[in-house]
Parts: sequence; C-alpha cells; structure tokens
Amino acid sequence: MKYLGIEPKKPRVAVFDFTSCEGCELQLANKEETLVEFLECIEIVDFREISSDRGEEYDIAMIEGSITRSDEIDRLLKIRERATALVALGSCACFGGVNKLKNAFNLNDANREVYGSLTKETLPARAVHEVVKVDLKIPGCPVSKEEVERVIQHLVWDVPYSFPAYPVCAECKQRFTVCVCDLDCAEAGSEGKGQLCLGPITRGGCNAPCPAGGLGCWGCRGPAEDANIESFLAIAKEKGFSDREIAERFEFFAAFEGVR
Amino acid sequence: MNVNLDVDLHHMARVEGHGNIKVRVRDGELKEASWEVVETPRFFEVMLKGKHYSAAPLLSSRICGICSIAHCLTGLEATEDAFGITIPEQAGMLRKLAKHGETLQSHVLHMFFLAAPDFLRLPSVIPLIATQPELVDLAKRLKSLANRLCDLVAGRTTHPVAFCVGGVSMVPGRDKMLAIRDELVRSVEDLKTAAEVFSSFEMPDFVRETEFVSIKGDKEYAFIGRKMISTDGVVRPASDYLDMTNEYVVANGTSKFCKLSRESFAVGPLARFNNNYQRLSPEASAVASDLGLTPVCHNPFMNNLARVVECVHATHEAIHLIEELTGYSSDDAARVTVAPRAGVGVGVVEAPRGILYHSYEYDDEGRVTAANCVIPTTQNHANIQHDLNDLVPQFVTDTMTDEDLELLCAMLVRSYDPCISCSVH
Repeated sequence: MKYLGIEPKKPRVAVFDFTSCEGCELQLANKEETLVEFLECIEIVDFREISSDRGEEYDIAMIEGSITRSDEIDRLLKIRERATALVALGSCACFGGVNKLKNAFNLNDANREVYGSLTKETLPARAVHEVVKVDLKIPGCPVSKEEVERVIQHLVWDVPYSFPAYPVCAECKQRFTVCVCDLDCAEAGSEGKGQLCLGPITRGGCNAPCPAGGLGCWGCRGPAEDANIESFLAIAKEKGFSDREIAERFEFFAAFEGVR
Repeated sequence: MNVNLDVDLHHMARVEGHGNIKVRVRDGELKEASWEVVETPRFFEVMLKGKHYSAAPLLSSRICGICSIAHCLTGLEATEDAFGITIPEQAGMLRKLAKHGETLQSHVLHMFFLAAPDFLRLPSVIPLIATQPELVDLAKRLKSLANRLCDLVAGRTTHPVAFCVGGVSMVPGRDKMLAIRDELVRSVEDLKTAAEVFSSFEMPDFVRETEFVSIKGDKEYAFIGRKMISTDGVVRPASDYLDMTNEYVVANGTSKFCKLSRESFAVGPLARFNNNYQRLSPEASAVASDLGLTPVCHNPFMNNLARVVECVHATHEAIHLIEELTGYSSDDAARVTVAPRAGVGVGVVEAPRGILYHSYEYDDEGRVTAANCVIPTTQNHANIQHDLNDLVPQFVTDTMTDEDLELLCAMLVRSYDPCISCSVH
C-alpha cells in the first residue's frame, strides 16, 4: 500500500474500554467491505473485545467510555503514560455521554436504590479529558466507522485531521432527508409543529442517520463550529418546544456543556 | 492426582464487558472457582427516572452496544404496555425483522470473531486473514448482510433510530427490501458452510443439568412475546417477570444474580432452542439435527451450535417477513397516536443473549417514575458460576497446564456470549 510512492507508517493501536456499552469499539469491527484493509493499515496490539493478545507497546490508545471509578483513573493514567496519542472514541469518552445523566442524582441514594445495603463504588461520571490530556476526540453515539477510517488514514499519513465545521443539517440536505423539524407531523400531539432537532447546531460528519430514520438529532457529536445557539433557541421556542424539552436534549449526551 | 493449577484471568478477552475468572486447584482438588463481574455500574434505572416516553427507549438502547435494538424494542414494548397501545401490524413486523437482523449480527459476531478463535487455538480472528481468507470472507459477508439488514430496518445497527412509541418512524423502501431479501436468499449457502465449520469444532463434552428460561412462543419461535416458560415447567405472563427472575445483589461483583426453581438458570440460544424447538423453521430444524443438537440439551458449550441454528431460522423468517411486508402500501399506518397515561408496563424481548425485561412506571404526563431492567447475562451469571464449579473437577487431569484450564474456563464463559456491561447497566 503506497500513496504518492510513499510507504505509510503502521501505527500500533490499542483499544481500551471504560464505563460504556462498547458499541463504539464494535463499530471498528463493522464496515466489513473495508475491514481487512483497515486492519492492515494499523497494527492492533490490544483490543480486548475481539482479541486475547495483550501488548503494552502502542502509539495510539483509543479510549471508549467515561470514567466512573477510582480503578479506572489508575488504568487511564497508565495508558496515558504509554501512549503517544490518546484518542477519545465516542461521546462517553469525549463528553461523558449518557453516563453523565446519573450526576444529576444523589449517588448514595442511587446506589442504595439499585444495590440495597451492598452498595458499589461509583464516582460522578467524567469525560476522559477531565482526567488526562486527550489528543483527539472522535464524537458520536456511536462513532461513525467512516469517520474513524478517515481519522486513521490521516494518522497513518501524518496529516492533521479536521472535523467538518458544518452542522448535521447540511448532511440531511445532501441526502435529501425530509426535514423532521419542519415537516414531521406524525408524532402524536405535535399539532404539525414537527420534532425538536439539534441538527442545525450539531457538528456534522455522521451523515445524519437519525433524521433519515425519522428521529430528530439529539446532539451526540456536540456543537458545530460557530453554531448559532441563540437563534436556534429562539426558533425552538417559537415552534412551541418547552425550556425543559430543550434542556433535556442538550443534557442527553452532555455534549453541549458550557455552550448553554 | 497431584496436579496444582492456577487461573487468574483479569478482564477476559472476546466478551463484551469486564469479568474475571479465578480458579485454584490443589492436589487435583478444586479449591476455588469464581466468576467475578467487575464492570462499573452506570445506574440506568436511576437515569431513566423523569425521562419523557420519547427519550426513555433511546436511553435504554445505550445499555448495550451489541444488542441495542433489543433494548430499544423492550423499552418501547414496556411503554406501549403501560399506555395500553396496540401498534399497527406492519410496525410489529418491521420490529420483528429488525430483531432477526440483530440476532444475525450478534450471533455472527460471536461465532466468528469471539468463539471461533478458541476452537482454532488463535488469539483472535485477525491471523485468519492471512491463513484462512475464505473463512474471513464468509464471516464478513454474513456480518455485513446482518448489519445492512439492521441499518435498513432500524435506521442504524447500533442504537437504532427508526422506532418510536406507537410503531416505527421510518418504513424502508420496497426496492431496498426486495434487494436485501435476495441477498438473504443467497446467504443460505453461506450459512450451510458456517454450519459445516462449526460442526467440525469439538465441543467439550460437559453436562450439568439446569433450568432453561425463554419466551414461550405459541405459534412461532418467538423473539417478542408476553409469556415466559422454563424447562422446569414454570409458565408465567409478562407482568410476573419479577417472579421469573428473582434478582439478588452479591457481595463480590457489580451485577446482580438470578434464580428460579433451582440455584441458577440459563437463558440464551440454547434455552430458546430447548423450549421452542418445535417451532423452528424446517430449514433450521434440519441444521439442528445435522449438528446433533437435540432438546433438552444441558451442555452450555452447545450454545455455539444453537447460534448457528438460530441464524438459519432468523434468515428464513426474515425472508418471509419481507415478502409479507412488501404487500403493504405507503398509505398503511406504521405508527399510531400516543396518549400517555399513568401506569406500569412490562416489555419482554429475546435479545441475542437471552430473555430481556424492561418495566417502566409512568406518570400521567408520560414521564418515567420508576424503571427496572433485567438483563439476559444477569440471569446467566449464577449459572456460569455453577458450571465453573462442576466443569473444573470433571476436566482436570494430571497433564493439564494452567493455560489449558484457562482456555477451557474462558470457553465456557464465552459460550454464554456474556454481555457484561449490559448485565451491570
């Protein structure tokens, strides 16, 4: 495999899972039509979900999940020491993801509710960058394998990667998806106001699968560059969406913290 | 026997989530065998509280990255049960079709990527790219088709986007459905090859009698239902799910354990096969008999073969469903109007790893006031532990090494295809 006559580097990649559903890692084993090529342009040295091999020498560490227990902090610090580049893979790693929804509750009460008197250790959920330095964030719940492939290509060829600046909204237009915000009248009680959709302010790059499935965007990729949040809020209110609905949408993946 | 053996497998590989196996044999005698679940808890049941019915199934799907379609559908079923909603027939068929896609996706992933390396004495599927490319191609074709079926019907394989309370929010186009039907028809040959591959693998000859629990299918080999059955003769309606699972908290682990008529029970492909084998498609029955799988089978390693049988069944069912679905016109309803009301509902779905329950209590504004999710792997943990206790004494020999025993124990755990993050949630 050569590009412009140059042999690529073959980075040693390790994939580690923390508090998560492991759905982002699973994407790495998907997109079967290019799976073999993908595996050939990197060297997998540790990927517990699909391999018993465990190597301790790696260039790139991909971290899935958020950090919710002290042993995870220790593990993450060791990985950070070994890795040249540490990549946060998916919304849980990048922002804390849905795991951060628990932070709104009293964790002692939550623990007793689930485990009774035999409570288990748990800390407020944190994104990876809130614990160690992160070199690159690949957001998404789950991540898009196409996007991971693009990022890996750039790492192999030593070219910086830039994420799309445009919002998800642009991708819906490109694939001719009927706008769920403007035109979806099927939802009961919507009275033709359409669905709430964060597409106008969420970073693109996912190819907008949710609106294509009839679901408004929940903002798993975080804000687009120069997203006009104020204008979005004004339109959402004008359409009759409540403050609570809008706030819940922003909080779902914890991807808009600090923006609103 | 004077053999001393130690297994200390931390965060075992090729399973979803984090679990440890510890075994200690001294002078040929078992001193300790433990299956320890060390996954971090996420507290989904707490996080679901206060969520609107439109958000609850989206959140629930995040319990699992492999069986997110099952979690989403169970959440929808629970919500529709609470609200007293009957979804349109077409929507029900599309959900079943997505379930078949997920069963195929998850089983093929397990068969080739997670389990097969054990039987070939390899660390992963990756070395096979060089040594047995035709086997990798077979796995890729089957996995790709399963993922594309899910993408088409659920909008996305991981964390589906095309389902909503009251039905489905997207109906796949007729041309795409017919095209994937043709691919499914062609994949039958690949499944035959897969069955041959798995019949060549030697399953450890281990038997421990246990109880098997699944959905009770009245007319079909059911993946979505309202009744549960066990091989010990228990039959209960969905609303009795707590009495079917009896979860309890254990001191040394973050997942709960379950029991029913005995100290443990099993769910999953073998449990479904044992309870519902009469309702398998004729093609799947034929594969089961070719593989030597007969009910009631008490060898947990045979889950590996039950997965192959279920792949054949799911493929044929998916082909029939698509043929029926293409009879609907674009005017036919795929969702109904939702009117939330206060109440409790239960959803029961067969996830790839076994029977899954969600129960949500709603207030009259359609917000969750209490939630409970009972996960297949949670139900299997106690059975895995009891299997380990029996497996080690049966298989230990003078010439066994630590590595041999580690592989055998890991293979046992892996035969359940545990979804450990799920089980803790």
